[in-house]
Amino acid sequence: MELLLNQEESMVRDSAIEFLNTHAGPSLHRELRDGNSSRGYSDSLWDHMIDLGWPAVLVSEDYGGLGFSHVAMGQISEQVGSFLASSPLFASSILGVSVLEHSGTEQQKKDLLPSIAAGELFLTLAIDEAPRHNPELINCKAEKNGSDYLLSGVKHYVVDGHISDNLIVSAKTSNNQVTKNSTTLFIVPTASEGVEITRVPMVDSRNSSTVVLENVLLGEHQILGGVGNGHNILSIILDIANTHLAAELLGISIESFRRTLSYLKERKQFGVNIGSFQALQHRAATLWSEIELCKSIVLKALRSLDEPSLSTPRLASSAKAKTCRIAALATNEAVQMHGGIGMTDEFDIGFFLKRARVAQLLFGDQRFHTKRFSELSGF
Amino acid sequence: MHDLNDFRLETRDWLENHCPQSMRIPVVEEKEKYYGGRRSSYYSDDQRTWVESMISKGWVAPTWPREYGGGGLSKEQEQVLKEELSAIKARSPIFSSMGLSMIGPAILEFGSEELKREHLPKMIRGEIRWCQGYSEPNSGSDLAGLQTRAEDFGDHFIVNGQKVWTSSADKSDWMFCLVRTDFESGKHFGISLVLFDMESTGVTVRPIKLISGASPFCETYLDNVKVEKKQVVGEINKGWTIAKYLLTHERQNIGDIGNIARTQTLSEEAVDSLGLRDGQLSDSSLRTEIAEWEIDYECHQLTMERVNLEIKSSGVGNTSAMLKYYGTELNKRRHELEMSIHGGAALGWGEDSIARPWLRSKGNSIEGGTSEIQLNIISKRILGLG
Repeated sequence: MELLLNQEESMVRDSAIEFLNTHAGPSLHRELRDGNSSRGYSDSLWDHMIDLGWPAVLVSEDYGGLGFSHVAMGQISEQVGSFLASSPLFASSILGVSVLEHSGTEQQKKDLLPSIAAGELFLTLAIDEAPRHNPELINCKAEKNGSDYLLSGVKHYVVDGHISDNLIVSAKTSNNQVTKNSTTLFIVPTASEGVEITRVPMVDSRNSSTVVLENVLLGEHQILGGVGNGHNILSIILDIANTHLAAELLGISIESFRRTLSYLKERKQFGVNIGSFQALQHRAATLWSEIELCKSIVLKALRSLDEPSLSTPRLASSAKAKTCRIAALATNEAVQMHGGIGMTDEFDIGFFLKRARVAQLLFGDQRFHTKRFSELSGF
Repeated sequence: MHDLNDFRLETRDWLENHCPQSMRIPVVEEKEKYYGGRRSSYYSDDQRTWVESMISKGWVAPTWPREYGGGGLSKEQEQVLKEELSAIKARSPIFSSMGLSMIGPAILEFGSEELKREHLPKMIRGEIRWCQGYSEPNSGSDLAGLQTRAEDFGDHFIVNGQKVWTSSADKSDWMFCLVRTDFESGKHFGISLVLFDMESTGVTVRPIKLISGASPFCETYLDNVKVEKKQVVGEINKGWTIAKYLLTHERQNIGDIGNIARTQTLSEEAVDSLGLRDGQLSDSSLRTEIAEWEIDYECHQLTMERVNLEIKSSGVGNTSAMLKYYGTELNKRRHELEMSIHGGAALGWGEDSIARPWLRSKGNSIEGGTSEIQLNIISKRILGLG
């Protein structure tokens, strides 16, 4: 059934909830933040995830993976949102794997996928250059140098950049003004000469980096998906990225709302639970309805990643636009309805607000995706 | 055991032979719809063929028992029938929802054997059209506060009072009506659901003209109307339970409101009216609002689909209030956007006016329980806030 989970997907979902409920959550997140962890995630949490096979979920069986669906992985993405679980899962096991599975050469797949599936090797996307997401704005240049290329430029907001072994970098390979045919993707080992990565502290205390590339020497074997194909590949990978971010935002919305609802039932003012006031009841009921709508579009968009069609990009943008709007509402309402305590660092609800904003802006917020929806719909 | 796949093939074959081509295109005008009832007539010979075939097959009420004229199908077979009907875009044979999808199921669930035999076959054959007597001038949202009195005279009641917002009362033959039969108990405990013929002595109907110019609703005055006790559905004084059951049905019907056949999407309508500049709608702020609406619309459609599947697979569902609330608010938004898209051209008052349906849509979030009542239901029954 399209809009119901099958047995395998339900199993993944149940095990994700059970596992993250004991091994992750706001207190672990707080520990990482306060401990100034240099890697930005918990090694033991990641080891557990490896034991569960999560880094291998999307890797096909030929390369040592499980070959599960995006719907299955999406269940994990949603719970990662609910439990604020930071790990290399999104950048490496979803984005890195997808880009290689989609456009890697046989050699590139053989070299990288098994180690990614084993959770030993990390990849990430380095594509944005401006504060607001715009994959077509590229000043990074890869200039031909014999049969090699020399890559220079600056990339921002690179998720997990400073812990990654390889970057997928978008760069111009011709001076053609039309971005569509002039963009090429390269696999750049972070250990290469001329690569400098600086971790940037962000509001959600997760990993984000700025990458400076200066005349990095790259061979032809490091081209991903052919010269000039970067734009087409990226649009497919970004649909995957945004659909999984939508699932994470759904998880954040559900959990923020769950916490707010129980607060409405326990906080007393004027001698009664504040949840008995209609002014708050109607806002809670509206939010609950909106979250129900988000569940449907997220599942539909995930399904569509597994069975790609002409409507896949439109569904990905619908899902991201809708969940951005509702996650903003859910986390803002959460703080407001918690009142003063919601403003304190000691209380956990603020973590959801902070993570939601980063996930919203990453790879395009509500405005970006509403605009893209219009373009894809012919208006 | 009849194989479901055989049933599908037989159904497809039967529909191919019995559904005329003209009954496979969307209804354009109201007059093309067949509602049944004493005053009804067929719009075309094709319509007669289609409606009569479906009636004799019992498929206007697919899952009702055959002994009352229903199709006697299982839930699974009904689903197959629905899929096959929608595959050929077949029109609904009888549009009236008050009989077949409101009081009919209630009589099946709560009514006496005698009531079932009297009313269900006529409903299925399209002989009797039903209307609903719920709201009163002083009880709208507070429906249980209704004051229409039914006094006990042994084998019958004498009913006095006034009903309002009765859909199509002027075109209907029978009414199912909530009345107060106990004047002492708490307001939820003294209500009964009774049935009576609209031609009974003492029933007066007056259509209400709306801001849209149309009169889909009526006021119904009940002046010493005699109702036999055998026409009580379920137990006397226990009518509120059935009323709630029916309200859930009504919410589902109204929640689906934006779902009528349209030839154009909202954005296509906007492109036709405003034109494109460099591939974009020439008004950029309308463009954003239309895109947001279309995303929300798709989310709502998918949610109806998802919830139906969940109810089928687990039997649990509590979302009718949410779907009613969201669906009607969406429909109002759509009409507001249509008014903006067409500008001055939307303000005309002709037959094909854009303003008339816009005005009518304002009632969507009032009828069948206001949006505020739906939010109360969600808060209390689903979220447990009280």
